[in-house]
Amino acid sequence: MLTPEEWGAVRLSLAVALRSVAFGLPPAVLVAWLLARGRFPGRALLDALVHLPLVMPPVVVGWLLLVTFGLRGPVGSLLNDWFGIRLVFTTAGASLATAVMSFPLIVRAVRLSLDAVDPGLEAAARTLGAGPLDRFVTVTLPLIAPGILAGAITAFAAGLGEFGAVITFASNIPGETQTLPLAIYSATQTPGGEATAARLAAVSLALAVTGLLLADLAGRRLALLLGRPVR
Amino acid sequence: MLEVALRHRFPGFALEARFAAPMPGVTAVFGPSGCGKSTLLSAVAGLLRPEEGRVVLDGTVLLDTEARLVLPPERRRCGVVFQDARLFPHLSVETNLRYGLRRAPRGAEGPALEEVVALLGIGHLLHRRPAALSGGERQRVALGRALLSRPRLMLMDEPLAALDAPRRAEVLPYLARVRDRLRLPILLVTHALDEVDRLADHLVLMEAGRVLAAGPIETLAARTDLPLLASRRDAGALLACTVLGHDPLRGLTRLRFEGGELRVPLREEAPGTALRIRVRARDISVSTEEPRGLSVQNVLPAVLEAIDPAAPHEAMLRLRVGQAVLLARITGDAVARLGLRPGQRLWALVKSVAFAGPGA
Repeated sequence: MLTPEEWGAVRLSLAVALRSVAFGLPPAVLVAWLLARGRFPGRALLDALVHLPLVMPPVVVGWLLLVTFGLRGPVGSLLNDWFGIRLVFTTAGASLATAVMSFPLIVRAVRLSLDAVDPGLEAAARTLGAGPLDRFVTVTLPLIAPGILAGAITAFAAGLGEFGAVITFASNIPGETQTLPLAIYSATQTPGGEATAARLAAVSLALAVTGLLLADLAGRRLALLLGRPVR
Repeated sequence: MLEVALRHRFPGFALEARFAAPMPGVTAVFGPSGCGKSTLLSAVAGLLRPEEGRVVLDGTVLLDTEARLVLPPERRRCGVVFQDARLFPHLSVETNLRYGLRRAPRGAEGPALEEVVALLGIGHLLHRRPAALSGGERQRVALGRALLSRPRLMLMDEPLAALDAPRRAEVLPYLARVRDRLRLPILLVTHALDEVDRLADHLVLMEAGRVLAAGPIETLAARTDLPLLASRRDAGALLACTVLGHDPLRGLTRLRFEGGELRVPLREEAPGTALRIRVRARDISVSTEEPRGLSVQNVLPAVLEAIDPAAPHEAMLRLRVGQAVLLARITGDAVARLGLRPGQRLWALVKSVAFAGPGA
């Protein structure tokens, strides 16, 4: 059905999206918690910064990453000199660009579910002798699990389709950084590539639908597990 | 002994309260909504940090803003029962109950899980989720969870206020059982007088962020200078009684109090049981001569101690009956018509049926 090259693009897309979620999730939960519960100077600034990728052109995000994490950028040069890590034009770089783009999606989902958690439950846990980390792990985290899961799946699905930031920061290298949307774009630019484009677009559609269905199912199972009424 | 002194300002409201509650025993903090009584409880629990204050529980300082000592709630060992149970929705009833138990300090003494489960009658609920419980069951589980955290002090923030009348009637006896069996000091915040009558030994009366009066409940109930109590339609003296005996045929129970005997509708308590009964001031009439041919079961010789103004055209009489004090609310017209004056000998009349019904 698909040629080996096309399969490669699908696999790469899945790997990049998965990595972006895996690395983006913990800091996103932390930032969401800071934004929902924290009272500190610069909170509004952090809020704006996190949401920037939602409103900025993805190409600009990619360019900013290039400037920062490029071999001559302030962070990129240090990473290269100290650890020999190169992000530009690599799969890791594509994952980073995807992670930055989908970061606000996770933060928003987690924050919404954090806002729905009754702070009274955390207060009750305090009176029962639970310290800060204990409360977070045993009360807050389980209660926001549906939000975390929803955010992760949305971010994964969106990550499969990230185009602008990836092509700007990581370029369009088959087998390295050429994810599904990039492969589709390349196919449309190649004479006789219509069939490839159509097949990849179908795969893309199927993945998106599967992702949404999975998110819904997982959310329901989890809500049931957590003793909440399922809407 | 629990000593509390707090000062805290909110926009448009200031709390300035100071009282001492004897321990063990049940101290009720009573007052209208918005008087600051729940804020007070939050500050004792540590969930609210007052601008100034000192809270000492049996010699352990929980809070002393002057010494910059603020113990966090998780180290105060105060078991809190909130108005809205606040059970963890993702945990079973049993795991909820064990939450505090697992975190109680080693060596802390208290009832075992089985004992608390039996005391509160929640054995059949252990494997359910909080969402599958009724309001009354939820509150019983919340009570158990707080008890099992091995607290040094129980704090109850209007534990029955969110329940409808039948659910309240279901949970109230369990609160009384907890008080009687576990001998834990309890601070109970409430605006329901029947809870105070049923549970409290000591009363802290609050209004607009201040403590109006504090003391043993019988003493405060017999005072006519506290409008918060005396102006209520259900105001009246509280009498400590002992059940003398039952007369099922006539449907009456005889109670002994410091000033004599009372006949009330048949009760369930065994003879010898100590109980407290509120004689509402509006249920007492007085006579200047010994009355005859009356249906009234309780006719008590009394001495009129004082006549205090109550509502417009009403007076509150303080009547001494033996060692006890009764309050009677009568019209101003009746005072004038009978020519009542302090020192006069009277007969106080209380209908038995006045004791029936809720709060009796």
